[in-house]
Amino acid sequence: MLSSAQTPRLLRSPTTTTTTLKCLHSSPVPASATAPPPPSQILTTRKSLVSRQTSAVDIAKSFLDRLRRTEPHLNSFLHVSPDEAILKQAEELDNKIKNNDAVGPLAGVLVGVKDNICTYDMPSTAGSRLLENYWPPFDATAVRKLRESGAIVVGKTNLDEFGMGSTTEGSGYQVTANPWDLSRVPGGSSGGSAAAVSARQCMVALGSDTGGSVRQPASFCGVVGLKPTYGRVSRYGLVAYASSLDVIGCFGSSVADAGILLNSISGHDKFDATSSKREVPDYQSQFVAIDYLESKPLKGLRVGVIRETLENGVDSEVISSVRSAVSHLEELGCSVMEVSLPSFSLGLPAYYILALSESSSNLSRYDGVRYGKQVPGDELNSLYGDSRAQGFGSEVKMRILMGTYALSAGYYDAYYKRAQQVRTIIRNSFKEALDKNDILISPAAPSVAYKIGEKKNDPLAMYAGDIMTVNVNLAGLPALVLPCGFVEGGAGGLPVGFQMIGAAFDEEKLLKIGHIFEQTLQGCSFIPPVIADEWTS
Amino acid sequence: MALTLFRGLQSNSFRLYSSVYVSRKHGVLYCSMRSAEGQTATQEKQQTQLKASLKKESTKFEELLKNYEAVIGIETHVQLSTHTKAFCSCPYNYGAQPNTSICPICMGLPGALPVLNSKVIEYAVKVGLALNCKLSLSSKFDRKQYFYPDLPKGYQISQFDIPIASGGYLDVDLPLEFGGGHRKFGITRVHMEEDAGKLLHTGNGSFSQVDLNRAGVPLLEIVSEPDMRTGIEAAEYAAELQRLVRYLGVSNGNMQEGSLRCDVNISIRPIGQLEFGTKVEIKNLNSFSSVSRAIDFEISRQVLLHSQGQANQIVQETRLWEEGAQKTVTMRKKEGLADYRYFPEPDLPGVALSEEYINGIHDSLPELPEMKRRRYEKLGLSMQDVLFLANDINVAAFFDATIGPGADVKLAANWIMGDIAAYMKNEKLSINDIKLTPKELGELIASIKGGTISGKIGKEILFELMAKGGTVEGLIKEKDLVQIVDPAEIEKIVDKVLAANPKQLEQYRGGKTKLQGFFAGQIMRETKGKANPGLLNKILLEKLNAKS
Ligand SMILES: [Zn+2]
Repeated sequence: MLSSAQTPRLLRSPTTTTTTLKCLHSSPVPASATAPPPPSQILTTRKSLVSRQTSAVDIAKSFLDRLRRTEPHLNSFLHVSPDEAILKQAEELDNKIKNNDAVGPLAGVLVGVKDNICTYDMPSTAGSRLLENYWPPFDATAVRKLRESGAIVVGKTNLDEFGMGSTTEGSGYQVTANPWDLSRVPGGSSGGSAAAVSARQCMVALGSDTGGSVRQPASFCGVVGLKPTYGRVSRYGLVAYASSLDVIGCFGSSVADAGILLNSISGHDKFDATSSKREVPDYQSQFVAIDYLESKPLKGLRVGVIRETLENGVDSEVISSVRSAVSHLEELGCSVMEVSLPSFSLGLPAYYILALSESSSNLSRYDGVRYGKQVPGDELNSLYGDSRAQGFGSEVKMRILMGTYALSAGYYDAYYKRAQQVRTIIRNSFKEALDKNDILISPAAPSVAYKIGEKKNDPLAMYAGDIMTVNVNLAGLPALVLPCGFVEGGAGGLPVGFQMIGAAFDEEKLLKIGHIFEQTLQGCSFIPPVIADEWTS
Repeated sequence: MALTLFRGLQSNSFRLYSSVYVSRKHGVLYCSMRSAEGQTATQEKQQTQLKASLKKESTKFEELLKNYEAVIGIETHVQLSTHTKAFCSCPYNYGAQPNTSICPICMGLPGALPVLNSKVIEYAVKVGLALNCKLSLSSKFDRKQYFYPDLPKGYQISQFDIPIASGGYLDVDLPLEFGGGHRKFGITRVHMEEDAGKLLHTGNGSFSQVDLNRAGVPLLEIVSEPDMRTGIEAAEYAAELQRLVRYLGVSNGNMQEGSLRCDVNISIRPIGQLEFGTKVEIKNLNSFSSVSRAIDFEISRQVLLHSQGQANQIVQETRLWEEGAQKTVTMRKKEGLADYRYFPEPDLPGVALSEEYINGIHDSLPELPEMKRRRYEKLGLSMQDVLFLANDINVAAFFDATIGPGADVKLAANWIMGDIAAYMKNEKLSINDIKLTPKELGELIASIKGGTISGKIGKEILFELMAKGGTVEGLIKEKDLVQIVDPAEIEKIVDKVLAANPKQLEQYRGGKTKLQGFFAGQIMRETKGKANPGLLNKILLEKLNAKS
């Protein structure tokens, strides 16, 4: 099955289903499927709207009902748009459909938007008390594009303050619970978006990913998380954390939804000089319905499994879930080999130095002068100091201090400059590996969702949890995380996600593979317990 | 004294931008200046002592000055006259209502990103080439970080270790009244950056307001080598830079509006000493003469301290030039080097220049002041004329347009520097405001040279042309001013005048030859000034002296 002549180490082939592997069957053909593949909520919505089976208003109402029911347990949203505002947009859509007017590809799609992405009609706090009640005078480009595609923004989702954290406990406002186990975190920093999509409070959601903030919560919450190539989606209107790493990403309950969402927000933006001018392919064309799949639909695809990500420090149950997913890909026709990225472990320190350095600069604008929290003072320095001291949370302050230190005269060469050199090494090693492989595979996180409070006093342990994802940001590559199994825990198990990393601007391939993977994944239903009783189909 | 800031942006509306003000209680935003006021008192004493001792022993002091050498370098900020700001599409108009030309980008709102206006690169390349610099084919922007209320993002987008241009020079011809001479001053670097906003201090000083109209306007920072030795050299360097940016059309170079700002670094050392003395920076120089005077004052201050064994009182600091008092005072002392924590601006891609791009701009450069001066010199003009004509780009353009079709160079220069300049000065007009065109000046010169009109009539026509416009030919026709050059006709008039004034003729012939002027005047009156003076005098003399 291995095509390489280099006789790489053979991967463990799937044997019997273990307790950690509830849903992977050995055959890719869904003859004995016990649960249907996840439907695309976007395509389903569109179909029922266009055929006039349902109205946009009815769809919106059903989501708002569920949101209202689940939100007290989850706290995914920092701000929910008033019902009237949402229903009014839905009604306008219904009228358009009634008049046979053209509607956009996201018509009637209810979207959650991470609160560090600017919205004209809602506050945008980035999870910080410093920006409490701050209303931007403009929509982020991604949000503008969503609206132009017919989407309805439901509300703003919770996050670690300014995206700095991996649990969403770092929000200045509230702690979001994981829909699979309310005593656990949803991951972070886009925990609110992940939880909201997982609990079907909205159909899809935008997040942002600086070091894994879309992918790790997707894994923790059992949803699809897509981190696009740096430059694929405009950052205009994304409250900056670390500009050279920040990317707006997509959450969906299916690969198709994440891909269709990406389609509508991608493309060059004259307001973001780092956005790419490359043409945006039609990601949807990659989605082949299951009935048309051949027995080895991924034949010829070369999959590299990153050895360093399946070693010490990663939960064994996570490892076996990911290995099972790899076996599944193998059965779909992929040729699998193990690849080594010796620079992998350098990614974490390099990432933290660069991200914190940039953040110390990006957060300088919050000085209490023009907007945001302001604490009056006798003189200028106390105005600055007190406004920032009271506005920022402790994690943010720590990161600003560390970033400021790393950029200081005398330390710049030892920290920032060296980290940039490491970044180049990492980028090159990924390039090399992706020249030999179509995609690379790793877990999305070393473990499943933590208990709330578990990592709160151990920032280093929390930082270490980012090991699987930060390298991808340093290399600027696209990555897709999708649920592949469960680990025991909570009421119905805790989801595990695996990460597929593609070459720059090759989101198409990731989506194509992901779509086939999830459709052939059997007996797995990623409906969390919090809505399991009402969500039957 | 509680500091209160008016809240600027609590709602998502652009309308509120015009009220983005920061207010402060007394003195707050000038905390650095306030602490300096304490030092100013002792400083004041020093100044008085300095002035007194300067007066008392002025000749002795002149001698003293000769033992020292000043080392002067200048940092100039040139505001580029691009239609829009450096990183957003806001226009910039000097003097506009506060906060009427701002947007999320230049206000530094969360999520806003800079996008470089490509004109900034073009202008920077123009200036770099004009300053004989080496251009960096690949440079980048960096963030310079510090907090101040006029700096919306908490950092200034600038260039740090790789400026777009470096290692050039500027040719300067010193004015004759200051001894003349040619100088070549080194240019260390030219880099691009953005301007900050402005703080507006209210009359009673109880609060300050921030005007962000200027925030994000593109600047070039031009750093000279420490090649200047006197206030005059420094002022002329600055004037030449102003000329250069005006010639290039990249800035209006207006010092009063702050489009051209000079910060001077100055130190002194005993002649013969190799190492530099302690460097002092002078700010708030709003004219070339203040550059020159501030430097001369500062040299005197430092030399006095040095000669009195108080060289240790010359400290690294920033001093303000006070125009009213004609002195420099301490603004802030430097405590070590400020750490701006520069790092590459991640929001902007690197700046890559191709050879073709640079060559294209190089080929499109206009004739620059230095080239113009050398060309005028070759035309045979004196250095005084050269400097006068080349100093102002519009005057130079007028001159060039006049001599282009072939007008006499020296005459054209004389007319422009004489009657035209005087008229402009009286009427407070620039050369572009007067109605006279270079073409008509050429016609005028040709008409006089060709004898169609006299010089006197030429002058009259000139004023008419400058005030009302029109053509030389039209005016001559309209006023019937064509010179009489036919000897027979002039003879006829001479005869008539002599016949009409027999008494004067008799006196003349009796020896009162001064009366020639009287006759010439009579004839001129008769011909309305049109008689060719040379012919007239020749014929008149013949007739007067003819034996009757
Ligand atoms: Zn602007």
